[in-house]
Amino acid sequence: MIEQIFSQIAFALAVFVFGLSLLVFVKNYQKEVVSYLRGIRRPLVESAFAIFLGLIVGALILKVFDYSAKEGYISMLKGFGIFIRQRTFEPKEFVYALAFATPYMLTALTFAVGMRAGLFNIGAEGQVYIGGAAAAWIAGHVALPAGIHVFAVTIIAMLAGALWALLPALLKIWRGVHEVISAIMLNWIAFHLVMYLAIYHLPGKWAHITAEALPTARYPVISGNLTAVIFIALLVCILVYVFLWRMYPGYELRLVGDNPDAARYAGISISRAILLSFIIGGLAAGLAGASLAIRPEKWGFHDTLTDLMTYGFVGIGVALVGRNHPIGIIPSAIFFGGLANSGRFMEFDVGISSELVTGIQGVIIMAMALPGLLALLRRKAE
Amino acid sequence: MPKARIYLQRRVLVFTVCLVAIVVFLYLLGWVGIKAKDVLRSSLFVMTPLALAAVGECINEKAGVVNIGLEGIFCLSCVIGVYGGVHLGSGVAGLLVGSLMGASIGFIFGIASVYGRANQVVFGMGINIFGDGMLLFLLITIWHATSYNIRPEFMIPYTSTPLGLLSPIIFVTIAIAILLHVILHRTFLGIKIKAAGEKPEAVDVAGQSVGRIRMLTCTLGGALTGLGGAFFSLGWLGTVVKEIAGGRGYIALACVVFAGLEPLLALAGAFIFGFAESLAFTVMSMPAAHTYPFFEYFLKMVPYIIPLVVVVIFIGRRPFPKASGKPYIRE
Repeated sequence: MIEQIFSQIAFALAVFVFGLSLLVFVKNYQKEVVSYLRGIRRPLVESAFAIFLGLIVGALILKVFDYSAKEGYISMLKGFGIFIRQRTFEPKEFVYALAFATPYMLTALTFAVGMRAGLFNIGAEGQVYIGGAAAAWIAGHVALPAGIHVFAVTIIAMLAGALWALLPALLKIWRGVHEVISAIMLNWIAFHLVMYLAIYHLPGKWAHITAEALPTARYPVISGNLTAVIFIALLVCILVYVFLWRMYPGYELRLVGDNPDAARYAGISISRAILLSFIIGGLAAGLAGASLAIRPEKWGFHDTLTDLMTYGFVGIGVALVGRNHPIGIIPSAIFFGGLANSGRFMEFDVGISSELVTGIQGVIIMAMALPGLLALLRRKAE
Repeated sequence: MPKARIYLQRRVLVFTVCLVAIVVFLYLLGWVGIKAKDVLRSSLFVMTPLALAAVGECINEKAGVVNIGLEGIFCLSCVIGVYGGVHLGSGVAGLLVGSLMGASIGFIFGIASVYGRANQVVFGMGINIFGDGMLLFLLITIWHATSYNIRPEFMIPYTSTPLGLLSPIIFVTIAIAILLHVILHRTFLGIKIKAAGEKPEAVDVAGQSVGRIRMLTCTLGGALTGLGGAFFSLGWLGTVVKEIAGGRGYIALACVVFAGLEPLLALAGAFIFGFAESLAFTVMSMPAAHTYPFFEYFLKMVPYIIPLVVVVIFIGRRPFPKASGKPYIRE
């Protein structure tokens, strides 16, 4: 009892201190804060509009097939932990959304860093497979001491992802092969390769599931199937932000993406920027694979790869809605995580196939591709 | 001689060598116990959707629009085409419905990229993801199952040829490729299309609408891809499943690069990829393959490795139009 009261007081104190410091910060840097907010207003509105458009199209599709769009969207909100009918917020459900958001964040980073360097890197899907297989191998088949094992799994998975990302990067640099073609072909090659590895080299005690991760290799579980990897993912997002905006190689990378001619004229090596963006992307996607392969209930992945699939492609939408910004990706990934989590509620409550969510994501991506969508509408209205 | 001409000649030479090599290879296959006729027949089937999509995309890219949403159009037109075919009671109607579906997506893509000045690669990827999701959504919503087998009476009937039973759509595809080649290189419309990709300002100055030309090619490319998508189910496999396209939309893109935007070369490229794929599947079904079951997974990679290797080797100097992938903005 006393502990509870104590913790509540501590919480209130923390909120108070945080609020006070925020207030002081805003007061002292009023001009900067206002101009920053003005700067992010347009991208925010555009992303929100794209999401709105996606939901409208989703509602239209539901109408065409005689479902109630209202019921569908009420159960979609359950994916975010919001139960409108019961008037409650269920943190337990929100945790599942966060569990989806963890790999999305990382695969979105893969795409976003590529976009910042002017590349359309859609190879995250294959790199997730490879990273997942590497993680499952180290976690399930190699015995290591307790402290080191988790780190070894993480590092090896990231390196494996980066290694797979190196192939399209080198093909792009040496032969000028467009990364869309090479990445997609490598995704499919990775798909069959990892399936082979899962069946012939990584079997566990359960049929069709790779060997369980040894207890020393498991990430600490927070709740549900959310593991502590989410903190690593957030850290990676922040590190990539620091790299892109506060370090010289990151600046070069962005310059190559914004204006390759100016970059070449300034003596910046374009191939190095391409290589760097692919490697960072591969590291992030490999970590996403590890987070998917080593999570509760199975602690491995199914040998049809259903546990690893689609995360790479959803990452494209996450990155676009997050405006290819490592920090913007975080809320965007949580939104997409909730969307993905809502699929099973829609299936259970209303009988809508959860694949509708993928369709909505597609529409959101299409809407994000139109740069002046809002400007266009405004001009029409005038 | 202009450089583009030399590259084209070199490309034609490469394709001829490839095709001759395939013929020799087919002759040698007889010794291993594979019937050359069967491989050739199935590679023609694999070729058809690839070629339809690739030929349409060639025209598209000639006009300066890059649509990477071929995979999504395949998925959507496949399921819609089958739905239309089953409801209207004939396979041909299904093919038309499928190509109509493809044309409408191409039209939307055209509007977005020409008038909305969209990022074409991102928009195309959006189409792919939308198609991927909607294929399974429609399957489950319409037929309440993750796969649907078409009754034989709704399939496009095969015609018998010296090679065995072939779908008439195969010949339609070859005719379309030849027709588009003629249109592109022998008519005024072809000149307009090429100019819209190479120098849109010139088209504008000449009093022609760049937007209208690009809309036309987008819709045409979409319609051809949609026809290919409907062919998967109605003319070839007789079923709709989630993995029906299996990345073939992207292989068609590789085919376009391989062919350097020439419709006839795209047809040949699609045949070469089709041959590689059907050969891999023939080997997979051989009795000897069952002694090494793990080998199956490596054979399944072949359809993806071959396009990759081919693109790496033959990409050459890019023969792509200068305004490719950029929206035209009048100054």
